[in-house]
Amino acid sequence: MAFADEFRTTREEAATDTAGEAAFVERYPFESRWIRYCFAVAFAALAGGGLFGVVQALHRTGIYRGLISSADYYTVLTAHGVLMVLVFTTFFIAGLFLWANTSSLDRGVPSEGVTKLWFGLMFVGTLLAATAILGGFTDLIPASADVLFTFYAPLQAHPIFYIGAALIVVGSWIAGANYFRTFFAWRKDHPDERIPLQSFMVLVTMLMWYIATLGVATEVVVFLIPWSLGFIDTVDPLLTRTLFWFFGHPVVYFWLMPAYLVWYTILPKLSGGQLFSDGLARIVFVLFLLLSTPVGFHHQYVDPGIPEGFKFVAMTNTMFLLLPSLLTAFTVVASMEHGARQRGGSGYVGWLRALPWGNPAFSGSALAGLMFAAGGFSGMINAGMNINYLIHNTLWVPGHFHLTVGTAFALTAMAISYWLVPQVTGRRLGLRSVAAVQPYTWFIGMLLMSNAMHRAGLAGVPRRTAEPYQYQGAEIVYESAFGSISGIRVQIAVGSVLLFVALLMFLAVMWDTYMNTRGGDIGVSGEIPPALSGPEHSPKVLDNLWLWTAIAVVLVVLAYGLPLSAMLQDGVLSPGSPGFPVSLGSLWPF
Amino acid sequence: MEIHRFEKVWVGASVLLIVGFIATITYGAVGAGVTMVNDSGGTVDPTTLNQHPEFSDPGVRQVGEDHYAVYIVAQQFIFNPGTGTPIELPAGSTVTFYVTSSDVVHGFNVVGTNVNTMVIPGQVAKVTAEFPAEPKNYGIVCHEYCGSGHHEMAGNLRTVPPAEFSLDGASAVPDVDGRADIDGGER
Repeated sequence: MAFADEFRTTREEAATDTAGEAAFVERYPFESRWIRYCFAVAFAALAGGGLFGVVQALHRTGIYRGLISSADYYTVLTAHGVLMVLVFTTFFIAGLFLWANTSSLDRGVPSEGVTKLWFGLMFVGTLLAATAILGGFTDLIPASADVLFTFYAPLQAHPIFYIGAALIVVGSWIAGANYFRTFFAWRKDHPDERIPLQSFMVLVTMLMWYIATLGVATEVVVFLIPWSLGFIDTVDPLLTRTLFWFFGHPVVYFWLMPAYLVWYTILPKLSGGQLFSDGLARIVFVLFLLLSTPVGFHHQYVDPGIPEGFKFVAMTNTMFLLLPSLLTAFTVVASMEHGARQRGGSGYVGWLRALPWGNPAFSGSALAGLMFAAGGFSGMINAGMNINYLIHNTLWVPGHFHLTVGTAFALTAMAISYWLVPQVTGRRLGLRSVAAVQPYTWFIGMLLMSNAMHRAGLAGVPRRTAEPYQYQGAEIVYESAFGSISGIRVQIAVGSVLLFVALLMFLAVMWDTYMNTRGGDIGVSGEIPPALSGPEHSPKVLDNLWLWTAIAVVLVVLAYGLPLSAMLQDGVLSPGSPGFPVSLGSLWPF
Repeated sequence: MEIHRFEKVWVGASVLLIVGFIATITYGAVGAGVTMVNDSGGTVDPTTLNQHPEFSDPGVRQVGEDHYAVYIVAQQFIFNPGTGTPIELPAGSTVTFYVTSSDVVHGFNVVGTNVNTMVIPGQVAKVTAEFPAEPKNYGIVCHEYCGSGHHEMAGNLRTVPPAEFSLDGASAVPDVDGRADIDGGER
C-alpha cells in the first residue's frame, strides 16, 4: 500500500514502544514492510470472505435470498472457503511468522529478493485462484471453479484454479526456507544457545507444513493440473481425496499453531505476567509435528475403499492429538492466572476479574482460547469413528470448524493485530473503543451461529447445501433434539450478521490505525518477558529438529504406506473418472 | 525438567480422558458392533455402470429371509432409486445398501440414522442397517456438494408393514418364515 504513504503524515521522531525503545518497524523496516503487505492481503481476503459468509448464511437459512441464486450459492461458498482458509490464513501466518522469527532471533532476513519472490508467488497464486472462482458468477471470465475448498475430483475446476492454489503453497514453502536461513545464520553466531521459543515454534510449524503439503502438492501437480489441462484423461477420485486429506488435517494445525504461538508467548505478557513453562510449550509443538499428519483418515471414516483398520489407527492417533491441546489449556490458563495475580488479582476465580478485559488484544486471544476448548470437544465427536456416523457431513462439521479456524485462529489473528500492527506500522492503534468491544461482538455472534449449527447437524441437516429445508420432490423431516429447526435457522442468521459486523469493526480499526500519524509512542511494547521456567530447565533434545522430523516421517509412512500402496495396486489412475467441469453459466445478478 | 505438581495431575487426567475416549469407540466397534464403511464393497468402473450385473438395474433384491440388498446409483442430481419414487422396504428387516456414483462424489445419508456414507466414483459403499419394526418414512439427502443442482438431490425410503411389502418383479409376498422372523422380536 505504498501509494498511501504520500498523503499520510509522519512525525519527525521515530516510532517507539511504551518503554521508549525503537519500535520493530524502526529496527526492521524491510521486514515490517513485507509483513504489512501480508496483512493487507490477509485482511482483504477476510473482508471478501466475510461478505460471502454472511450472504451464504442468510441464503441457506432462507432468511434472505435476494442476493444470489441457489446455483450461485456454491460459487459464494467456494469463495468464502478459499479466501478464508487458504488466503487469509496463509498470508496472515506468513506475516506473523516473519515478525516472530525476526523478532525472537533479533535478526533480519538473509535475502530481500527471496522475500519478494515468495510473496509474489503467493500473490499471483491468489489472483489466479480468485479469478477462476469469481468466474463462477459471470460469463465474462471464461473460467469457473465451483469446487469448494476441498476440490474433490472428478468435479473439475479451470486449470488456473489448481495452478493458483499450487503457487500459494509453493510460496509458503519458500517463505519457510527463508525462516530457516535466518535461523541457520543465527545458529552460526550462537552455537550453544537454545532456539528462542518463538523461532522454535515457527520452525516446527513449518516442518509440519512441509510434510503435510506433500499430499496436496502431489494431488494437484501430479494429477489435477495435468487432468484439467487434458494431458491425462482420468484420475482416481479415492486416491486424490486421500492425498487431499493427508494434507487436510495437518493444515488445521498449520492454522492453530500460530494461534498457539500467540497464546504461549504473547498472551501471558498481555495478562501482566510470564509464560508458565517454556519446556512444556516446546513439548506441545513437537507433539503437533509428530501427530498432525498420520490422522487424515479420520476425515474419511465413511469413505468406501478404505479398510476399517486404517481408520481405527487414525482414530487412536487423533485422540492422542488431544494431549498437546489439553497441555496448552493448562499452561495458558496458569500463565494468565500468574499475570492476574501480578496485577493484584486474588481468590480461586476472583483473579479473573484482574485480567485486562478492556484490552482487545488480550480479550480476543482469551475468548478465542475459550471457544477453542468448546471446538475441541465437538472435534472429539468428529474424531469418534463410529459416533461420527451421526454427524458426518452435517452442519455440525462447519459448526465445529467455525470454532477452531473460524475463532481460535481468526479471532486470535484479529486480536493480536491490535498489538502487532502498531509495531509494524509505527502508528498507534486507532478507534480504540471500537476495538475494545470487537472481540466480544465476534464471540457472541459465533456463540449463536456455531451452537445452532451443531444442533442442526445433530438433527441431520446437511452441510454445503443451498436449500437444506425445502427439497423438491422428497419429504425431508429433521427432528431436532434441542430447540426448533426454525429457531436454529434464525440463530444462525443473526449470528452470521453479528460476525460480519464484528469483521467490519476490525477492518475499520485497521484502516484508522493505518491513517494515524507515524512515529512517536505507539502505545504497545513488543518486549516478551522470559518464561517462569525457562528453556534451561528442559532437555536439549527438544531442540533437535531433525530427530523429530525423522520420527514424524516414519509415523506418516506407517499410517499411509499400506493404504496408499493398496490404492495404487489397480493402477495409479484407476478406477478412473473423467472430469466433470463445473460450468454454471449463470449471470451476475446485479 | 521440572513439572509442577498441578500440571502432573492435569497430564494424568488428560491421558485418562483420551484412553476413555478410545475405549468408548472401541466398545462401539467391538461391543455394540458398529462397523465402518470399508473396502468390502469392491470397486467398479464408473463409466460402464450400465453393463454392471447389479448397477445396470438398480433396486431392491431379497438376499435372505428378511435381509434385503438395495443397489443405488447416485448421479447428478438423483438417487436411482430413491428420488421420485421412494425405496420401499419391509419394516424390521436388515438391509444392505450398495451405493456408487456414475459421475462425481456424492453423499448418501438416511436422515436421522447412522446410514451415512460417502459415494465415490469407482468405489462401492456397502452399508448394512437394521430398520425398526415400526413403519416409517425416511428422507435421503446427498450431503456432499456435487454441482449446481446439489440442493435438489434427495429422495425417500419407506418401510412398510411386512405383509404389505412386495418386490417388483419378484415374489409378490415375502415368504411366511420371513414374516415370522420379523414378528419374532429384536434382532
